[in-house]
Amino acid sequence: MDAIILQILNGLDKGSAYALIALGLTLIFGTLGVVNFAHGALFMIGAFCAVTLSKLLTLSHTVIDETRTDFLGNPLKVEVPYVYDVFGQATGDAIIDWAVPLSILFAIPVMILIGVVMERGLIKHFYKRPHADQILVTFGLAIVLQEIIKYYYGANPIPTPAPAAFVGSFDFGALIGFEPGQIIYPYWRLVYFAFAAVIIAAVFAFLQFTTFGMVVRAGMADRETVGLLGINIDKRFTIMFGLAAAVAGLAGVMYTPINSPNYHMGMDFLVLSFVVVVVGGMGSLPGAVLAGFLLGILESFASMREVIAIIPGINQVIIYLVAIIILLTRPRGLMGRKGVMED
Amino acid sequence: MGLLEVKDVNKRFGGLQALGNVNLSVAENTCHAIIGPNGAGKSTLLNCLVGKLIPDTGSVMFDGQSVLGRTPFEINQMGISRVFQTPEIFGDLTVMENMLIPCFAKRDGSFALHGIRSVMSEGELRDHAEQMLDDVNMLDKRNMHSASMSRGDKRRLEMAMCLVQNPKLLLLDEPTAGMARADTNNTIDLLKEIKEKRNITIAIIEHDMHVVFSLAERITVLAQGTPLVEDTPENIKGHPKVKEAYLGEAA
Amino acid sequence: MFGLDKKDASLLLIVAVLVAFAPFLLNPFPEGSAMAQFNAGYPDLMQRFVIFGIFAIGFNILFGLTGYLSFGHAAFLGVGSYAAVWMFKLLSMNVLPAIILAVITAGIFALIIGYVSLRRSGIYFSILTLAFAQMSFALAYSVLTPITGGETGLQLALDDPRIFGSATTADGNIPVPGLFGLEMRDSMELALGGWVFTFNFGYYFCAIIMLVAFYLSIRIFRSPFGMMLRAVKSNQQRLNYTGLNPRPYTLAAFVISGMYAGLAGGLMASMDPLAGAERMFWTASGEVVLMTILGGVGTLIGPVLGAGMIKYMENIISKINSDILHGWFAFLPDGLEDLVVTMIYPFIGKGWHLTLGIVFMLVVIFLPGGLVEGGQRLARLMGRKKAEQPKSAKTEPAE
Repeated sequence: MDAIILQILNGLDKGSAYALIALGLTLIFGTLGVVNFAHGALFMIGAFCAVTLSKLLTLSHTVIDETRTDFLGNPLKVEVPYVYDVFGQATGDAIIDWAVPLSILFAIPVMILIGVVMERGLIKHFYKRPHADQILVTFGLAIVLQEIIKYYYGANPIPTPAPAAFVGSFDFGALIGFEPGQIIYPYWRLVYFAFAAVIIAAVFAFLQFTTFGMVVRAGMADRETVGLLGINIDKRFTIMFGLAAAVAGLAGVMYTPINSPNYHMGMDFLVLSFVVVVVGGMGSLPGAVLAGFLLGILESFASMREVIAIIPGINQVIIYLVAIIILLTRPRGLMGRKGVMED
Repeated sequence: MGLLEVKDVNKRFGGLQALGNVNLSVAENTCHAIIGPNGAGKSTLLNCLVGKLIPDTGSVMFDGQSVLGRTPFEINQMGISRVFQTPEIFGDLTVMENMLIPCFAKRDGSFALHGIRSVMSEGELRDHAEQMLDDVNMLDKRNMHSASMSRGDKRRLEMAMCLVQNPKLLLLDEPTAGMARADTNNTIDLLKEIKEKRNITIAIIEHDMHVVFSLAERITVLAQGTPLVEDTPENIKGHPKVKEAYLGEAA
Repeated sequence: MFGLDKKDASLLLIVAVLVAFAPFLLNPFPEGSAMAQFNAGYPDLMQRFVIFGIFAIGFNILFGLTGYLSFGHAAFLGVGSYAAVWMFKLLSMNVLPAIILAVITAGIFALIIGYVSLRRSGIYFSILTLAFAQMSFALAYSVLTPITGGETGLQLALDDPRIFGSATTADGNIPVPGLFGLEMRDSMELALGGWVFTFNFGYYFCAIIMLVAFYLSIRIFRSPFGMMLRAVKSNQQRLNYTGLNPRPYTLAAFVISGMYAGLAGGLMASMDPLAGAERMFWTASGEVVLMTILGGVGTLIGPVLGAGMIKYMENIISKINSDILHGWFAFLPDGLEDLVVTMIYPFIGKGWHLTLGIVFMLVVIFLPGGLVEGGQRLARLMGRKKAEQPKSAKTEPAE
């Protein structure tokens, strides 16, 4: 029992990331009808927003501390981050410590901007082109984006730690009445899951309860008719693209403490996220979220030693295997709508 | 026993009874029109004949064999060719290639690996295709990119693609929809000519009464998924039930 | 000639001539000159040109004709490589059985994957092929280690049986792949003035196979089968109602193109007898997509051009470093020199992928027909200028 709960928990953080990326992919696909292969790159850029902010915050200048000396007897040179100058040392340290969560504020405008520029500058011209062309051009864009990041940040993963308060693990098992030491779970993964849940809830609430969301949903169902009503859908869809980019970016920001970001993390996640979208059903938002968590948890179950002992290698292929079975038995995915991408 | 026998066909979409106990018999070598107001189930019926839809109950026999459960290409191989409401042709291919594909289908069946022999070496099939193109006055367009042709030409090409297979039954789905009067008359003449030249049975769905009465030898009127009357054009013209179906109770 | 019409025959002839004289053509700069680093006429790279050419030609038979975009084609390349290396281990170092087995294994593999994947079309097909390839990669990397060598890859060893050949050479080394006594790595060098040209047996072996593969692809394009495949791309509904079953046609195309990939994989192993799982990774599948699109999808020569261009960029542009750049722009005033070098630097050396990505995007956006269409447009532009009759110049739809 405790092993099962542990695996479910382990699946949650990956599942959250899949769900968030797949949500954005589906949003873009459902509204704009575009298959966006550069969506993983947006996730990656989000992660690098966090890297950038923590680098910016630790930018420092050298100050000579007359009261102390180094081992040669000269006055000690100390690196003082600029944030100390503005906020003082205590607050400055706290700000640096909280760089990753703070990056959320930084990443939202950046990601929306990138999303909007991407849509207006490139994707817009591909609405009428075949899906293969959309895949190809966004695939090219993904390469370009990841190479730009690689140029500026190098090819190695950059560790970006969580705030000290969330470093380490806690005994989740003890909380729900198991023997202590059975289910140890890192704090940050729980934070990530909670964060993902909030974002997903926010997106759904936005689509459900605002007029804007209503129009977008109507547009997802029948673009032409809504266009005929004299509503400027294109503009709304641009905003949706920005929103989807922001969701992917935030997923990336918060993922940095779990996995040190590198330039190809986006592509690694993208391939799986596409599988998630297809399993959930192209164009179905609840499907994307459901499939994201389902596959994340399934993957972590398949990694259990007991399971691997029975079917070696199953942890490596479980997601693809599920995708193949689902595609062949339920072509529209778990919750797909009729008539979406059925040429 | 007609070439095409539809017996007690029912088809439901959710709560909508699209077809209710449809019976239809198309005799060999006739032109049989199926008319009816919008939503009468004409297209549904047609789709049941060509394997796109499978009726819930009932039977569809063609030439003594059931078509139910067969795929569209199998049904075509049995001898039914279909012309669509909006012309369906191979837009990326030339007119001649468009013509050759049905020729190959007729000669070699639904799948054949021809090795790596060139298309150009198929002299007999090419002659056959050119003959057909000549019949529909399109020989001069044989090397044209078919997507760049006018809609009327596309329609004629599609018709030629169906006819070159020498089908036993030709299904026409509103062949003159959206055509100018002159084009419509050309199509009527073309179909009449085809009818005279070849031993062919035609089933036609049409809105345009001018077309229907120029071509049809038998007419079935469908309304709300059920056949109202089946009769000769002369008898249909003044039939009160038909008027009612088209114009509503008030008429 | 060989059942080709005049235009196709001359195309084949041109390619044959280019391939035959590649050791000269790719080495235009004398040894030791500043431009010598742009020489691509060394055996290793020339082999890769033609091998990836074969891969791309095969991919084009599927994507170019039927429009089915496979994102998992590298799986067949990898399977071919493994099969070939196993033949070297078990049978002998002769490349013929290795290549034949590579093609057959890849074909069977493609038949299975294709049979399942082709039940869906569009984006679903792409994802299915991607999923299969990633699965093969993951398995080859982990569980199948006894067959694939896992992380280290599959290598030859001294104690391999090689029942029809010798397990070791006279001096106790692992033998090298060859064809009835001729070794693939045999080379002949020809020094002419400042130039050195290398003629490598392995290259010419691959080149001849590539020409045969190219010839076959022309014949497929011109055959009724090729026409059916284009019909599949154009209008599947019409094809169905014309009495033709699209499924076996696309499956046949998928298998043929998988066999081409297997052939390429077998040749790769024949040039350098090892095989690793990374050959099946999805980026490798992406690469062949890039090659085909870049060169011109659906055209005959396009994929070969695209493969050549990408392999050239990968090997040559990636070697340029900032010192070399500084050398080139040394004639500029200092400040300007630095500026120019800084501006170009991100696009060369390790950044060549960036250049590749940008070129690829530009091609997809502006030149859907790839380099071939670019060439045609250029030719038309020139032709128009020559004719000086703007009225008679008609733009015809590109084929």
